[in-house]
Amino acid sequence: MTAEVWITGIGLVSSLGEGAAPHVAALADPGFQPVLDRESFAPFTIHPLPALPFETQMPRRDLRQMETWQRLGVFAAGLALDSAAAKPLAAEIDLMVAAGGGERDVALDEAIFTEITAVPPAERPAWLNQRIAGGLRPTLFLAQLPNLLAGSITIVHGVAHSSRSLMGMELAGADALRLALSRVAHGASQMTLVGASLNPARWDELMTYGTAGLNLAGAWQPVAQRPAPGGFCLGGLGCFLLLEAADHARARGAPPFARLAHVGTGMARREADDTAAASAATLFGKLRDRLRPGAAVLSAASGVDPAAEAGFLATTGAGPIRHTGDLIGHGVEASFPAAVALAALQAQAGLAPQTLVSGFGAYRGEALALVEAV
Amino acid sequence: MSQTRAIAVTGIGLVTPLGFGVVDSWAALLAGKSGVRPITRFATDNLKTRFAASIMLPEESGGRFVSAADRLHAYAGSAAEEALAMAGLGGRAGFPGPLVLGMPPIEVELTDRLALLARADAPGYAGLAAAAVQPGLADRTLMMASPARLAARFGTSGAPISLTTACATGVTAIQVAMEAIRFGEADCVLCISAESSIQTEALIRFSLLQALSTRNDSPETASRPFDATRDGFVMAEGAACLVLESAAHAKARGARPLGWVLGGGEYADGFHRTRANPDGSTIVTAMQRALADAGIAPEQVDYINAHGTSTPENDKMESAGIHTVFGATPPPVSSNKSSIGHSISASGAIEAVFSLLTIRDGMLPPTINYGTPDPAITLDVVPNVARAAKVARVLSNSFGFGGQNSCLMLGAEP
Repeated sequence: MTAEVWITGIGLVSSLGEGAAPHVAALADPGFQPVLDRESFAPFTIHPLPALPFETQMPRRDLRQMETWQRLGVFAAGLALDSAAAKPLAAEIDLMVAAGGGERDVALDEAIFTEITAVPPAERPAWLNQRIAGGLRPTLFLAQLPNLLAGSITIVHGVAHSSRSLMGMELAGADALRLALSRVAHGASQMTLVGASLNPARWDELMTYGTAGLNLAGAWQPVAQRPAPGGFCLGGLGCFLLLEAADHARARGAPPFARLAHVGTGMARREADDTAAASAATLFGKLRDRLRPGAAVLSAASGVDPAAEAGFLATTGAGPIRHTGDLIGHGVEASFPAAVALAALQAQAGLAPQTLVSGFGAYRGEALALVEAV
Repeated sequence: MSQTRAIAVTGIGLVTPLGFGVVDSWAALLAGKSGVRPITRFATDNLKTRFAASIMLPEESGGRFVSAADRLHAYAGSAAEEALAMAGLGGRAGFPGPLVLGMPPIEVELTDRLALLARADAPGYAGLAAAAVQPGLADRTLMMASPARLAARFGTSGAPISLTTACATGVTAIQVAMEAIRFGEADCVLCISAESSIQTEALIRFSLLQALSTRNDSPETASRPFDATRDGFVMAEGAACLVLESAAHAKARGARPLGWVLGGGEYADGFHRTRANPDGSTIVTAMQRALADAGIAPEQVDYINAHGTSTPENDKMESAGIHTVFGATPPPVSSNKSSIGHSISASGAIEAVFSLLTIRDGMLPPTINYGTPDPAITLDVVPNVARAAKVARVLSNSFGFGGQNSCLMLGAEP
């Protein structure tokens, strides 16, 4: 027997703003139009973040040690703890973060790109050593280590019972939820704070995904309408959820947003018969019996090859389908946790008593979750 | 479901600066050899630290560039091949469980950036981001590429987990694998941790944090944990693989465990981004939780495989923490890092394998380069020469940069 697991805290920040209200409003609005920035990173479109009151969740001295993705994560983690009234319990809370690559010093990189052309090739290695060692700020290097988002959450909020950081794009977000759910369900943790963040305003990130052909080329379109091979538009996201054993939450009087009933993940090779749709169908077999007629679907599909996921979802009988990419953009590691957060918010708001959350990763990885009103 | 909480280790594999494979690595470790040498992979002019414990691949001969991602795959793959052969699992049918991979973050290296830039139509990052798709590059530098490649190579089931907790990564990977088995979600797990970060930028970054030894005139004696003249850690590379199985699964297929993972404990430190709380309170809790999880009393521990990085702060704090947990006369403590340096993401897993070999052979590996006792450290560090001892239970410590502390209990019997 495993314990029932509730979502008792949600911290969510996106291009729509902060907290439940703007996100519930977007979910309830069939004619919703996203917030887009088409110019700053042209030809790529991003879903930009609004100005955020970071200093309400962290001291200025900590703010200075972090780049945006860490600030966002620490901010969202604080909101999640606040919404669960759990900050006083931080030392007993486990932490599970899905982390991408930290931010590079893009200005230094670009200076090097320009200056190196004037250096004779034979002298370049020695020149580079001197230029990097003289130009890098040590604090920025710390922002580059993926596990330092978790480290900063521990420093700022005191979440300390354990700390693990997963890597691996969308799948990292889904597996962080899966491992957190499993640990709470099996009694290895009473409360786990789980989530991720993404700063879309980063040329280094756009470059990494550009070499993989994952950025949407051309004008923004809704996820389902992107012609093959498709692509994603990065969206600013900070999302943390507090997963808590239902008995623990009841004992301390913490109300649930929703129940996290199931998370499953898989990874098809995406060649020959080993398709993403087949992988998802296997995952669906493990929750099919619990899916009720009329369950809503929230898809965290990236926009890369949207037809593959659409084909799978058509076989589930569930619907109607909303794509989180149309609302808040693609948050890579944070995408799946954010979709689960939105599912919990629409359960609590009475918009959907049960939501099937689906996520096909842009490169690899498939995930399904089931979120239910309590 | 098995009756015991202990997890069987039925296969091990190693790639260390002392050699490819368990036999060579272990023999050299017991012989007190050093795997630290001057860096030849890239130019070290103008650098404060010009040595490391790197692992050179044949493909790198003639100064050819092999990316950190490809080296990671080579080290991890080699360790896994060895472990699977020992366990008698895998082969054409694939491995009957998931992959858990401890690894460093992978990035597009400067060499790749500059090569890409030369082909771009526009200057700077705008040109890089718009440059034509580079499938060969993406298939190694995307954060999901390394676990996907290894999962495909070894035919593991389900979604591979890749994770990092900096210097505690190797232990965290074992803990995640252990939990999957304890919860009944897997019968066996292919658990690999690897490090391949000896490249220009990574070396400079750690150097700027003043974390590295600068003993350039004597690289092989630069890693000197617990010695009064220690001046920083030595960057290293390597990989370790452990095939972990439930007791029932190992028994049912007649596999003979080499040893057992008895339990693990964690605690995160909110003191500072790069420094642990000097009072040692967080590592004390992590050690105590590992003992409690394994159901072991401190006096039942025969040997401690230290984190022992050779930084002034860590070794002092670790010594104090060990005394808090184990009293005035703790069991012998030694640091494998004296010989093989600090292979950040891999070190916890490599040290777990060495701990199992310590149990198997009844030999404590030495802390080499130990010459000047530090009055603040009063441990039996097994100085310079390996020592025979009956060892049934080992505590292995890993304390992460960024505050993630993880400890593992290993034993001869469940």
